[in-house]
Amino acid sequence: MMSRFGWNWLGIVPFLAFAGLFLVLPTMNIVIGAFQNPEGHFTLANLAGLASPRIVDSFAISIKVSLASALLGCLIGFAMAAAVVMGGVPDWIKAPLMTFSGVASNFAGVPLAFAFIATLGRVGLVTMLLKQWFGINIYAMGFNLLSFWGLTLTYLFFQIPLMILIITPALEGLKREWREAAEVLGASSGQYWRMVALPILFPSLLGTFALLFANSFGAVATAYALTGSSLSIVPIMLFAQIRGDVLQDPHLGYAMAFGMIVVTGLANLAYVIMRSRAERWMR
Amino acid sequence: MKRIWSWGAIVFGGLYFLLPLIGTVEFSLRMRRGEYSLDAYRSVLADPQFRATFSYSVVMALLTIVLGVLIVVPTAYWVRLRLPRLRPVIEFITLLPLVIPAIVVVFGYIRLYNTSSILPLTGTASGTNLLLLCGYATLALPYMYRAVDTGLSTLDVRSLTEAAQSLGAGWTRIIGSLILPNVLGAVMSGAFLSFAIVIGEFTMAALLNRPAFGPYMQLLGANRAYEPAALAVIAFAATWGCMGVMQLISRLAGVRKTAK
Repeated sequence: MMSRFGWNWLGIVPFLAFAGLFLVLPTMNIVIGAFQNPEGHFTLANLAGLASPRIVDSFAISIKVSLASALLGCLIGFAMAAAVVMGGVPDWIKAPLMTFSGVASNFAGVPLAFAFIATLGRVGLVTMLLKQWFGINIYAMGFNLLSFWGLTLTYLFFQIPLMILIITPALEGLKREWREAAEVLGASSGQYWRMVALPILFPSLLGTFALLFANSFGAVATAYALTGSSLSIVPIMLFAQIRGDVLQDPHLGYAMAFGMIVVTGLANLAYVIMRSRAERWMR
Repeated sequence: MKRIWSWGAIVFGGLYFLLPLIGTVEFSLRMRRGEYSLDAYRSVLADPQFRATFSYSVVMALLTIVLGVLIVVPTAYWVRLRLPRLRPVIEFITLLPLVIPAIVVVFGYIRLYNTSSILPLTGTASGTNLLLLCGYATLALPYMYRAVDTGLSTLDVRSLTEAAQSLGAGWTRIIGSLILPNVLGAVMSGAFLSFAIVIGEFTMAALLNRPAFGPYMQLLGANRAYEPAALAVIAFAATWGCMGVMQLISRLAGVRKTAK
């Protein structure tokens, strides 16, 4: 029996070799590099180096963009999902919305940036229409696509659909009996939401929020194509560091990458924990 | 009252999603002064760089799918058949690419496989291509594995295997002509998703300096006005095409299953 178990291992050796060589080892290499000085000795100096104002600023703005786009993505996505699941909107809207969400949640990257430049850039369609129809010049009012709000607005294009994809099954899992039971006991619609539905959905909402946060935190291509290097969020700065060592310290670069893993890792951990809590109600 | 709120959310969201699409199409037609024309598309399609990078990315995407299938199908099958206790571990590994940002993974590649390392893949163009291919297969791993594993869950893997073995089939035969055809729908949906991810991928290709479509789009975006919008329309159409076919396949597979 023991020897049979031993042979069975062989079947997943190709997979483990692949994952080891192209996923685990490269990541470990960066993590180890974050704790080494150029001579290869253990040090915490690189992590301490992350406290420099430039890097702290980049993490701060990255976290702000991710929080804003995750929060708005959750709110708008939830509203749209709730509208189709229980809001009395005709049924035929649901299938196209889900299909579109499946596509749009994967439509990140360079073309997305182009789409928003063509729409909300200085000569974009919406910018021009607002000017011509309503006399509103959003750029004179201080709006800039290459800024915090511009980036957040662009990220929402893949954040909202992701929220819709994840939260719709959770909303459908709300049992009819719960609402009926609440109504029998005299609860208003608002009370039902506040005291029954939202507490049940809360882990799902929080988990999806964490997932959305990680999703936008690691996004490089959209931001790079949109802002070039004018908005120094973490992935953009890391990109510049890998290309040309802008921090003038390779090991500080590893520390920065390690910081990124920590943030996305924590967000994903929150997602996993919340999802397992949410599943208690979904049986 | 409730209905008004619902319609409000749908209309608001619908506008948010539609306007950038309309804006992009409109912008891409604006190249000629004073009238709409397809000049931007003509200019893009006539660019030899476009053709070179686009075909490079298409080939990479197809190879990614092949590599992904070769790695994922036997593994998922074997884990279900013989190592069910390891399933959570394998699943965890396949989900790692969603946790570790691609930029960190490729940073690791550059450090691990540089010219002074044991395996100097970045030293030659073909070595770097291979590295990028493996990177893409890594990016596609979560989607591919989940699709195939879901496909396998609808089969009685053990009985199928025993039946095939009693008829004298070997492992390659079992996986190639029994398991693979049975999960083909799942494999296809994973494949189209991988295709959509790889075709416009920017970060890995740019940092490994490969002439892929993503970096080309970025470069064009930094230097031209109208062509990027045309490219965005083309890229969006390609993504839609992939996803549409994928949904069609999964729906057809679903129909076939319920019909049984």
